[in-house]
Amino acid sequence: MRESMSIILDKVNHIYSPDTAYQIQALRDVSLEILDGQFIGIIGHTGSGKSTLIQHLNGLMRATSGHIYFHGKDIYDEDFDLRELRNRVGLVFQYPEHQLFETTIFDDVCFGPKNQGLSKDEAGLRAFEALRSVGLPEELYYQSPFDLSGGQKRRVAIAGVLAMKPEVLILDEPTAGLDPAGRDEILDLVARMHRERGMTVLLVSHSMEDVAKYVQRIIVMNQGQVMLDGTPKQVFAHYKELEAVGLAAPQVTYLMHELVERGLSVDTEATTVEEARASLMEALTGLVAARRDIHVPGKD
Amino acid sequence: MEMIRAEQLVYEYIRRDEEGNVEAISTALDHVDLHVRPGEFIAILGHNGSGKSTLAKHINALLTPGEGSLWVDGKDVSLEENVYDVRQTAGMVFQNPDNQIIASVVEEDVGFGPENIGVPTEEIWQRVEESLRAVGMLKYRHHSPNKLSGGQKQRVAIAGVMAMQPKCIVLDEPTAMLDPNGRRDVIRTAHELNREKGVTIVLITHYMEEVVDADRVFVMDQGKIVMQGTPREIFSQVGKLKEYRLDVPQVTILADMLRQAGLDIPLGVLRREELVDAIMRAAM
Repeated sequence: MRESMSIILDKVNHIYSPDTAYQIQALRDVSLEILDGQFIGIIGHTGSGKSTLIQHLNGLMRATSGHIYFHGKDIYDEDFDLRELRNRVGLVFQYPEHQLFETTIFDDVCFGPKNQGLSKDEAGLRAFEALRSVGLPEELYYQSPFDLSGGQKRRVAIAGVLAMKPEVLILDEPTAGLDPAGRDEILDLVARMHRERGMTVLLVSHSMEDVAKYVQRIIVMNQGQVMLDGTPKQVFAHYKELEAVGLAAPQVTYLMHELVERGLSVDTEATTVEEARASLMEALTGLVAARRDIHVPGKD
Repeated sequence: MEMIRAEQLVYEYIRRDEEGNVEAISTALDHVDLHVRPGEFIAILGHNGSGKSTLAKHINALLTPGEGSLWVDGKDVSLEENVYDVRQTAGMVFQNPDNQIIASVVEEDVGFGPENIGVPTEEIWQRVEESLRAVGMLKYRHHSPNKLSGGQKQRVAIAGVMAMQPKCIVLDEPTAMLDPNGRRDVIRTAHELNREKGVTIVLITHYMEEVVDADRVFVMDQGKIVMQGTPREIFSQVGKLKEYRLDVPQVTILADMLRQAGLDIPLGVLRREELVDAIMRAAM
């Protein structure tokens, strides 16, 4: 089966405050193809154009020039239904908990589906389902969202977007300000949405370790352009170029490179702790075994 | 004299209903003892809601203790007449740089604090220059803060605090909103101020990598200090940290895995260089 393209960007440009002294080109000829069901990480330093980019994907911002196609249809066509696009492409902003406003958690999550035109009952069902999938304990559903912890609030905010049943989920730094366990919970939740519902996920992140652990593909933005686009291994192999633009590779990638410089034969493509461990065990036990003159099965 | 001395500090957030009756009480600080010497660099870890920020706000007299006592540079923070002095002794840097910058030119922003307390104009300029140099932002003095990156803004915020010539700076998750470069610059700046100007630093963070160079680390949970020690002592207890919803740096996890697989790797490896050396020794 040919994979279908859910979103295509064709030479998208975005200029803030055009024809003024403050004119800034935030996106420069960005062309991308986003396949159905991909889990993509978007990285780039502050001001590289990441947030501008994702706000184009559900039509919140309009490109100054260029085209965006959603399932083959140009979203800037006059008869294209942007409302429908926003239902199908869900966007979770930075610090989404600042957008909670209802008196109960349940009402807050109902707001999106109700706005989509669903009946009260249907919206309620969606809310239950969404709150269950983010793992919020049921006894909290009718409490004020403002009494929750930071991590819980964020899960409620994400549930608000999930309740709209988007096909594409875009999250702008969903783990900023969370403690490590909260960080893992949110990312595990997103990974599960991707795995179980086949959702296309775009994750904007400043944590290279998180990106390396979860995504299949990384898009690196720099000065409004796509600088690199590939698997985590391919992208982090360019760690020196990444550093030059204010980014970095995961810690373990540096470790592996340094070991190779010291003469140990290990896999410099490792980007996660698990991959590094596997490669190191192989290299080290291999060495020890060779020195002891023991035959290692599978190694000739 | 200690820079910060907290004894049996208690603070409760009390929620009231519309009639003013107490609805719920949550204890944010539960009999906290903390002693920080002048010139120390300490880090405080803890999950969201563990009480870190509440503690930080006490050091700056933004909150006053419910029970127990807190002295900052020998001054009791619960006495009204000391608040002014305490705030000059201990400066604070918050998470969101955009909430802390008020002027439209970098140097004016940095000069705002000293101007407010009536420092003579000439000295203000001197302090502004010195502070901006200390955080490596002098060449941006005439720029608009809006055009700076998050890390640069945060360094300007630190310069603004430095211009008040505090003996102590409390940084409450100063890097949470920054990219890797911004994060590195802010942490390096804090260490430089500590080393070169002798400023006592209290760093609150969720990034485990940022505390490996601290003198001492405190872990908070449910309003209590539950662990304290050098970074090495703290990070060698991987299991315990996980219980407190925390983590350890990637290299520490990897070192731990290798050690458990039977390789000769020491406990509590914190830095990449250490692990490289340890692995090379194991490979010999």
